[in-house]
Amino acid sequence: MKIPLSWLKDYIEIDLPLLDLARTLTMAGLEVEEIQLVGLPDPYAGLPADTPREFKVTGLSWQPDKIVVAQIDEVMPHPNADRLVLCRLNDGTGEIIVLTGAPNLFEYKGKGPLPKPIKVAYAREGARIYDGHQPGQVLTTLKRARIRGVDSFSMVCSEKELGISDEHEGIILLDDDAPTGVPLVDYMGDAVLEVSILPNMIRNASMIGVARELAALLGKPLRYPQAKLPEKGPSMKGKAAIRITDPTLNPRFVLGLVEGVTPQPSPYWVQRRLRLAGMRPINSVVDATNYVMLELGEPLHAFDYDVLVRRAGGGSPTIITRAAEPGEKLTTLDGVERTLEPFTVLVCDTAGPLSLAGVMGGLESEVSPQTRTVLLEGAAWNFVNVRRTAFHQRLNSEAAYRFSRGVHPALAEQGVVLCLQRMAEWSGGQVYADLVDEYPLPPQDPEIRLSEADVRRLLGIELNAGQIAEILNRLEFTCRVEGDEVLAKTPPHRLDIGSGETGKADLIEEIARIYGYQNIPSTRLADPLPLPRSDAALEVEKQVRQALIRFGLQEVINYRLTAPQREMRLYPPENRPPEPAYLTLRNPLNPERAVMRRSLLASLLDTLEKNARLSERLALFEIGPVFWPRQDQVLPDEPIFVAIALSGLRQPPAWDNARPPYYDFFDLKGILECLGSDLHLQPLRFEPAAHPSLHPGKSAELFSGDVRLGVFGELHPLVKEQYDLLTPPVIVAELDMQAILASRQSRRETQPVPVFPPVLEDIAVIVDEDVPAVEVEKAIWQGGGKMLRAVRLFDIYRGEQIGAGKKSLAYSLTYQADDHTLTAAEAAQIRQRIIRRLEQQVNARLRG
Amino acid sequence: MNDSENILEELDRILQNGLDALQQIQDEAQLVGWRTAHLGRSAPVMQVFARMGSIPKELRQQVGQKANQVKVALENALEERAAVLRREALERKLTAERLDVTLPGRLPAFGRAHPATQALDEICAIFIEMGFQIYRSPEVETEEMNFELLNIPAHHPARDMWDTFHTTTPGVILRTHTSPGQIRAMREMAPNPIRVILPGMVYRYEQTNASHEMQFNQVELLAVGQHITFADLKGTLESFARRMFGENARTRFRPSYFPFTEPSAEVDMECFICGGKGCGVCRGSGWLEIGGCGMVHPVVLQNGGYDPAVYSGFAAGLGPERIAMLKYHIEDIRYFWANDIRFLEQF
Ligand SMILES: [Zn+2]
Repeated sequence: MKIPLSWLKDYIEIDLPLLDLARTLTMAGLEVEEIQLVGLPDPYAGLPADTPREFKVTGLSWQPDKIVVAQIDEVMPHPNADRLVLCRLNDGTGEIIVLTGAPNLFEYKGKGPLPKPIKVAYAREGARIYDGHQPGQVLTTLKRARIRGVDSFSMVCSEKELGISDEHEGIILLDDDAPTGVPLVDYMGDAVLEVSILPNMIRNASMIGVARELAALLGKPLRYPQAKLPEKGPSMKGKAAIRITDPTLNPRFVLGLVEGVTPQPSPYWVQRRLRLAGMRPINSVVDATNYVMLELGEPLHAFDYDVLVRRAGGGSPTIITRAAEPGEKLTTLDGVERTLEPFTVLVCDTAGPLSLAGVMGGLESEVSPQTRTVLLEGAAWNFVNVRRTAFHQRLNSEAAYRFSRGVHPALAEQGVVLCLQRMAEWSGGQVYADLVDEYPLPPQDPEIRLSEADVRRLLGIELNAGQIAEILNRLEFTCRVEGDEVLAKTPPHRLDIGSGETGKADLIEEIARIYGYQNIPSTRLADPLPLPRSDAALEVEKQVRQALIRFGLQEVINYRLTAPQREMRLYPPENRPPEPAYLTLRNPLNPERAVMRRSLLASLLDTLEKNARLSERLALFEIGPVFWPRQDQVLPDEPIFVAIALSGLRQPPAWDNARPPYYDFFDLKGILECLGSDLHLQPLRFEPAAHPSLHPGKSAELFSGDVRLGVFGELHPLVKEQYDLLTPPVIVAELDMQAILASRQSRRETQPVPVFPPVLEDIAVIVDEDVPAVEVEKAIWQGGGKMLRAVRLFDIYRGEQIGAGKKSLAYSLTYQADDHTLTAAEAAQIRQRIIRRLEQQVNARLRG
Repeated sequence: MNDSENILEELDRILQNGLDALQQIQDEAQLVGWRTAHLGRSAPVMQVFARMGSIPKELRQQVGQKANQVKVALENALEERAAVLRREALERKLTAERLDVTLPGRLPAFGRAHPATQALDEICAIFIEMGFQIYRSPEVETEEMNFELLNIPAHHPARDMWDTFHTTTPGVILRTHTSPGQIRAMREMAPNPIRVILPGMVYRYEQTNASHEMQFNQVELLAVGQHITFADLKGTLESFARRMFGENARTRFRPSYFPFTEPSAEVDMECFICGGKGCGVCRGSGWLEIGGCGMVHPVVLQNGGYDPAVYSGFAAGLGPERIAMLKYHIEDIRYFWANDIRFLEQF
């Protein structure tokens, strides 16, 4: 909402400097987003250079000695140019001849000395103004020039040149009472505050609304505009009738009448105010409705009364308000034919729809330059219907903006009276002495009982009932103090105050705002603490994250939104499962982000792909939810997974080790083994896996105790081809966080540190190629008994020495007893038992 | 007499010869040779001991003493020389081993948490110190949880504040804020006191650009009890700002509007980059917006199972990515989920 300072001053005396004014509003919830100077000096000028720019200041300051009010006494033709004129101008210091091409002076050309001088904004040589001939706002300094043989060093200005609007067709023609020779900034220097209106403060989307807030904040009186209907004049009896079919849609409808108007350009100050507030002046009739809407916050609508009479077949029109029939059509004043929905409320007459209630007028009944009698509508509408209509029709009118947030019905009458008065002032005509007013559903302006304890309980400040009442009075609540309680009646201009506890909270917010948030103390919570509670899933997630980071992996976080075809890349093209059920967006931003992901691994591979050419070593993981819709639930399951991807160099390359080997299966297996021991999971078990995304010979399922944690291995070459990746193999894992949580050991014990020395020895055995290492190791453990403390595979050999189809596995073994030093004989015994087991269980034979 | 004098002179010579020879010794091997030659069994000084029997009795003590002195002197000189040689050898070795210390180090493979995780953890840790507990709730929510129960009825103007991703399941949306967790936490814990933080991903139907994302994290704060005031809210967030941004961090509370809180406020923090003097990050204003907050609306308390006439509460919402952006001068929010390794490795 653009608030011209000069307009605000119609209703309240303001002596605060501009920045203080902006701060006062901002700290009360009317955030000033920008201060646009329209002539007034820059409030930061003259302050130290390191003063923070608390508010954004734009616009133009008019130099008092360079830009002044002047009068044109005669407009003369230019000797060499038809499209230019010469003005005999007085700027208060004397007579000057000024050259201009302003078309709005042409009508005075060659008429000799003017009976009534034309007041203009005059810029002297050296004035800094905007260049009228360039698009946008480009600053320029007036310099002496010779145009068509005539010296030109000064000019009469358009609004664009002075930063009032982008209007550049003609020069500003000031009102006749403008004082010649006075600096223009003193006459009409202004600033526009761009105030952001919160959704619950639509009452402040008007000059009076903002002035009312300021009055409350500054403790100053508010001057309402004086408006009343003429005491004598024609009556509306028999001139128009109103029929409201549903008061919940249309709680009030008011009509007034003015006849004998002549639509014409509004006075210059009216036009300027409308432009500063962001509206375009049309003519004095339409301008009056817009002016009063900006002034009071009540959108109004002017009908050409004669059109309505014609539509009524020459009789008196009846205004009917009702919901639209499905498929009903209306051409709005923007010339668009609109098909209506049943939630749209219409203003109709007996011949059919006239306008979209609260949103936009219809084309046919709109006022025109020929309009002589105006039937003026002020009404109240159900905000939900207006909102839905404006949204559906994509119409963001000033009226819809206000009505869709709720305008108090009391304003309908005030608005009509004020507007009729302004219309007659600016357009001539006779205002009728009464109104037609249907008011079937007045709102309940809630009366709230608020105690000192309520304020203390919610704000933590001590105010007595008198102080509470005083604050609310300033906002025009009617208050009665009863002991330590205040009974506050909501003023009839706002709909944002509820009843009961909500009403109390509404009032307390108002008290806090006016009291000043900055004046409320800061305290530490003194309320009892809740019982401690833990989130085991969150804790295990943190442990996994920390472990993987310690193992050298980088965490990534992806968009949870993806596309099914993106996830389908996880499968070889000839082995794709049917597309699973996705949680699908109804309004995706783009097709690439249309569903919630089902696979964390797919997300992670997307990231790997993006980084494939950025780093020779990629070790990434993500922890996060996937989304699995379920037939039997409204909301999807959101299980949390951890996905890991390794690719490229196993270690960061160095100058003495430029090509470390690529990551392979056993790097990831090692990470998973460490993860298991770091989190104290039940012992891990690995079984060959058959997973369509993974290399059939280089993949495994991971179990902890009986719980399946997930699967890992090298990406299947056909899957890898789906991604834009480089040579190195990609090793991936996907584990279920819930399973990890379930497989944590509930209890663990430590072992004493041994005091007797161990016996170390190596053993190498030859087995068939297809015997898994885990079987060999199992036999060693079984044979070794309790004195065997450690088994470590340190070499695998294949070759001619042992024959084809065989492999030799060499283990380093540690024997130890808790209570004595092992003898050589004991060690030999253990070794014999191990060898026997190996022979029996895996058909091994000792090597060498 | 002559004999004995001769022997004493001889011992002097032996000593002098030994010391002279020792000065020529340059390495360990020569030193072993010298030891054999000058202190070994057949060394001159040892020969004097061997000849002791042939020395006149009255001189024996004197010669014996002198021979002993010579032997000890030679032994000491040997020790000294050996020490010098060891020191010299070490110095040569150290010199020879000198590295170019400006060569790059050998990097361990080390990982990092994602910057959003780091920011989230940092914020949560501060509130955990104050007695808040982490509470998580689903990212896919019903409209009822996300809006209606939070006092945002359908077609209410406040709905404009959130651009929502709807799903093809009627009434199911991607949560637009972590606030539905407020209702879930209250319903789970009523009528006990609550102090929870609700961290997590939220979604907005918004074209992405440098300052807008379709998904981002939020940390929401909720305290419910019988004596919780707006002054407590101010105090809690001020403490947070000081822990997060330093002891001098000043905060400012501006009236604002959220349907689920009343009174509501916007929290600004004095710009920690320029100290409030105005800079590019704070757009010259000296203040940075860090979140919204307010007292829990009575309707929301009621929906959560707390009688608003007895209980009160406050709620606040912070944006971890936004805070990280301010703190680390990150110019584009899209960096967070783009996961470019060159960005992630800076944290
Ligand atoms: Zn700054």
